[in-house]
Amino acid sequence: MKRALRLTVFYAGLFGVWTLLAELKIWPPYLFPTPRGVGEALYAGFQDHSFLIAIAVSMRRVLIGYGISVVLGMILGLGLGTSKFLEETMGGLLVSLQSLPSICWWPLALLWFGLSQNAILFVVVMGSLLSVTLAMEDGRKQMPKIYSMAGRNLGASGFQLFWYVLLPASLPFIVSGLKQGWAFAWRSLITAEMLYLSLGLGQILMMGRDLNDMSAVIAVMILIIAIGYVVDGLVFKSMESRLQRRWGLTSST
Amino acid sequence: MSANTHNFPAQLPLPIDPRTPSRFGGSRKAASTLAALPLRGVLSDVPKVGLTDVCLSYRTQTGERMLALDHINLQVKAGEFLCIVGPSGCGKSTLLHLIAGLHQPSSGEILVDGKPVEGPGTDRILIFQELGLFPWLTVGNNVQFGMKMKGVGKAEREEKTRYYLRLVHLLQFKDSYTHQLSGGMRQRVALARALATEPDVLLMDEPFAALDAQTRDLLHDELERIWTETGRTIIFVTHNVREAIRLGDRVALLTFRPGRVKREFPVDLPRPRTLEDPTVAHAAGEVLSELREEIDRSLEAEYSTGLKPRIEAGVQS
Repeated sequence: MKRALRLTVFYAGLFGVWTLLAELKIWPPYLFPTPRGVGEALYAGFQDHSFLIAIAVSMRRVLIGYGISVVLGMILGLGLGTSKFLEETMGGLLVSLQSLPSICWWPLALLWFGLSQNAILFVVVMGSLLSVTLAMEDGRKQMPKIYSMAGRNLGASGFQLFWYVLLPASLPFIVSGLKQGWAFAWRSLITAEMLYLSLGLGQILMMGRDLNDMSAVIAVMILIIAIGYVVDGLVFKSMESRLQRRWGLTSST
Repeated sequence: MSANTHNFPAQLPLPIDPRTPSRFGGSRKAASTLAALPLRGVLSDVPKVGLTDVCLSYRTQTGERMLALDHINLQVKAGEFLCIVGPSGCGKSTLLHLIAGLHQPSSGEILVDGKPVEGPGTDRILIFQELGLFPWLTVGNNVQFGMKMKGVGKAEREEKTRYYLRLVHLLQFKDSYTHQLSGGMRQRVALARALATEPDVLLMDEPFAALDAQTRDLLHDELERIWTETGRTIIFVTHNVREAIRLGDRVALLTFRPGRVKREFPVDLPRPRTLEDPTVAHAAGEVLSELREEIDRSLEAEYSTGLKPRIEAGVQS
């Protein structure tokens, strides 16, 4: 209750300051839009379905790209966590690659895949693959050895061992990496979409810029933040709390 | 047989006297060669589990080779309850891992039903000291995990899960998660999970070491009842001599580093036994006097390497 109150006060204050600054007209509205203008842009965007289409297109892309990253990253990470050779050779390379913003792959992606959706997907995958891989490697190492021994002892081997034992056993250790991977995937997607006319949210944002419509730009920014936040809250938070409950990591039983 | 007549080594029948390794090993080899022939059915006493000259050495962090198990020879009959005792660090747990097929011996041969062990198999299920229950599965799903891996159908899995959970009196906890159970209950889940895979051989690694006395007594009774009901072969590792005498048909004593079979003691006391039986205490005393030497050596080694000595509860009683 107290927390809700604090949040209300904070956001009301923020909104108030924004309204005040906009109403004082220090800057012209095309530089500093009013909350009202942004609200209208949001309404208009949903009214003519352009926002809905953009959200659908972007979500589809990020889901495909992120999905590829998760599958590849888990396989790679499991390999790195199991083989000393891979860890020594490829492990170092991957860590150093992490300092490379994924959009740096854009020129290469354009050459390899052409001006297509695949180029965007490539950038998304490059953005999130490393986080998932490194998280999975870490999870594989942190996972108590007893689980894989118990699994083998009960007759699991090969893919069964991976799917029914190694994967669930390492989930609590990799969930934060999965979350980070999601955030990177989402950011990479928007960046790539801004560079290429492609229907998604990134493009609508750039369209606002081209039309000098800062209300639309801020409206799209709010959408991007909201979607990222909702996915984080709905998918990852509930996954984390479910894991914690199952594993008995919370005190509330 | 009363406990007074336990003059173990001298009058022991041949197959359980490890102090004649050449004859013992020799006859074992002959038996295992024969076992590979079609004549096998004629040999009624092929041991359920046979270990011949099993050695295990490993490289320590400083790079020297360490011999953990030294020419272990043990034969376990089908349906027998064998207890293995020894000081900590004698390699008793390692021995179970070898029989379970989780590690390979450096040399020697491990036969189950006359066939060499080549890896983990559901005919031999190990109950780990730390249990290794899967926290992401409910109790019921833990119990049916082995059956699922074997490809047993869902209906049969459900039915057997209920059967084995009832056997360990945990049916009402089928849908709980393991962290919601007490230590003794978890122990029983592990037992049910192992039994549900329907192994011929149950390998138990100090399963009751971390439990309070009352729970342990209860589980001793339950284990003995289940053993009688299911007719499994059990190899049970413990550092508690009384527990070994309480449960075992036979007790094998391992030496400290490298682990060797120092001596085997048959236990002919009538069942059911309790830990408090004077006859159990007496028989335990005899094993203990042999074991004490090894404990002293283990303590000495641990002191000299600056490690905290682990004085084991139950051993001195």
